[in-house]
Amino acid sequence: MTTSTPAVAGWFTTGDDPRLVASRCTSCGTLAFPPPPPEAASFCRNPACDGDAHEPAELSRVGRVWSYTDAQYQPPPPYVPTTDPFQPFALAAVELPEGLVVLGQVADGYGVADLAVGAEVELVVETLYTDDDGERTIWRWKPVVELGEEADQ
Amino acid sequence: MSKQVAVAGVGMHPWGKWGRPFVEYGVHAARAALADSGIAWSDVDFVVGGETVRNGYAGYVAGSTFASALGWNGARIATSYAACATGAQALDTARARILAGMSEVALVVGADTTPKGFLAPNAGERWTDPDWLRFRLLGMTNPAYFALYARRRMDLYGATSEDFAQVKVKNARHGLENPYARYRKEVAVADVLGSAIVSDPLHLLDICATSDGAAAVVLTSLDYARRHGLADPVRVEAISTVTPTFPNAVIDMPLLATDHAADGAPERTFKESLALAAYEEAGIGPDDVDVAEVYDLSTALELDWIEDLGLCKRGEAEVLLRAGDTTIGGRIPVNPSGGLACFGEAVPAQALAQVCELTWQLRGQATGRQVDGARGRDGHPRVGITANQGLFGHGSSVLLAR
Repeated sequence: MTTSTPAVAGWFTTGDDPRLVASRCTSCGTLAFPPPPPEAASFCRNPACDGDAHEPAELSRVGRVWSYTDAQYQPPPPYVPTTDPFQPFALAAVELPEGLVVLGQVADGYGVADLAVGAEVELVVETLYTDDDGERTIWRWKPVVELGEEADQ
Repeated sequence: MSKQVAVAGVGMHPWGKWGRPFVEYGVHAARAALADSGIAWSDVDFVVGGETVRNGYAGYVAGSTFASALGWNGARIATSYAACATGAQALDTARARILAGMSEVALVVGADTTPKGFLAPNAGERWTDPDWLRFRLLGMTNPAYFALYARRRMDLYGATSEDFAQVKVKNARHGLENPYARYRKEVAVADVLGSAIVSDPLHLLDICATSDGAAAVVLTSLDYARRHGLADPVRVEAISTVTPTFPNAVIDMPLLATDHAADGAPERTFKESLALAAYEEAGIGPDDVDVAEVYDLSTALELDWIEDLGLCKRGEAEVLLRAGDTTIGGRIPVNPSGGLACFGEAVPAQALAQVCELTWQLRGQATGRQVDGARGRDGHPRVGITANQGLFGHGSSVLLAR
């Protein structure tokens, strides 16, 4: 059995109800994503706050599409290609209820035709690539209701 | 005290993929600008170079590199880096020293030699560098960011792929007679729509290339210009290089998320604030502008800039485009040079190239692409504005007048 670990540590949780993990300023509550590395200093991004301590804060799992696109050509390194020939994938910027817009790839099997500005998407965790340590996972945005289904209702 | 300085001379090296060292382009442009100004190199007391990050040490110390290549003349030097706004920041540095009375004649030079293909981040494992992480974790290229903005125009304002293609058609026509443009060929809507989609909805011909090129500007104090018989010079009225204000609620390349806007989006976007700061500094408004050079990294982005500059209301740029208002001969011509569509981007030179073009337009020297202006001298435009935005909170807007 292969192991499965996040491609980047501390940015999202896994399991049945995965979430992005932001950092929250303990002085003013301002959120930041991605969170700073654990060993790094963190100065609050709010110019009216001089806070420098923060705590992890899980973000809402469901948001609305701010905009979306795809990659029809293989991006250059350090992108790690997983198929040969390259398979296009979709990307979405998603507005979360907390007031942040977060980019992500779109879940496997979905493309731009499944997306619209304002449409609801939810966070899932899928395999980004496989390296010597096994499968490396990443957060992705998955349409909550496929547009075709919506039209049928 | 006047905050104006004179644009005494401008010069460029043609954009292309020449494969020569960037220093050659820069010296060519600098000599052209000096010749245009009639000022001797020995009179230049300050040189500002726009840094290029792709050409080794000489690129990091661009001010020194150009000053040395022109032959050491004792001038003080500075080097600026502000991503796509590098040229404008360099110009602002020169202007500040002139306005402080510490320099009289400044030469500002930007030049680049670029690699082929997508602009990629620096090499190595760089897990704390957002520019590296966006490629590694998301495969998020520059065109993908441009495509996000383009898609919003379609879903929110009803823009179409044909509209985006029409921007390319217009700019291709504008650049036909521009001797410094890399691409000088008519393009039809069908050519754009028939080119490969890079990042939906943007086609290959919606997206600007990367180019080699160079541009240079000679700035002087108004007093020096008067003493040396430079009659009616184009003047720099404003250079805005403001940074964003928190919270920046529009996702910016190369970041993975916006700031936390707990109370909703702020009154103005970063790009709107760039133009507003320029207008406020010059004491004029969008109604005074006769011609604009904006950063069309993509066709759709030109439409965004038209609104960011206040030349029409949000969501109405397509109306101007379709009416021909932004074409030479229209109410407010945009990118008469042909824009990045015809040039391709040479990062440290590009903001200076915008200033060169507006200078020629305001002087009535833009042969084959001259904008008419009822308000300016001799029927030429009176006020021109530039705009661009780069990575990491850099951006600029320059206002020129004659």
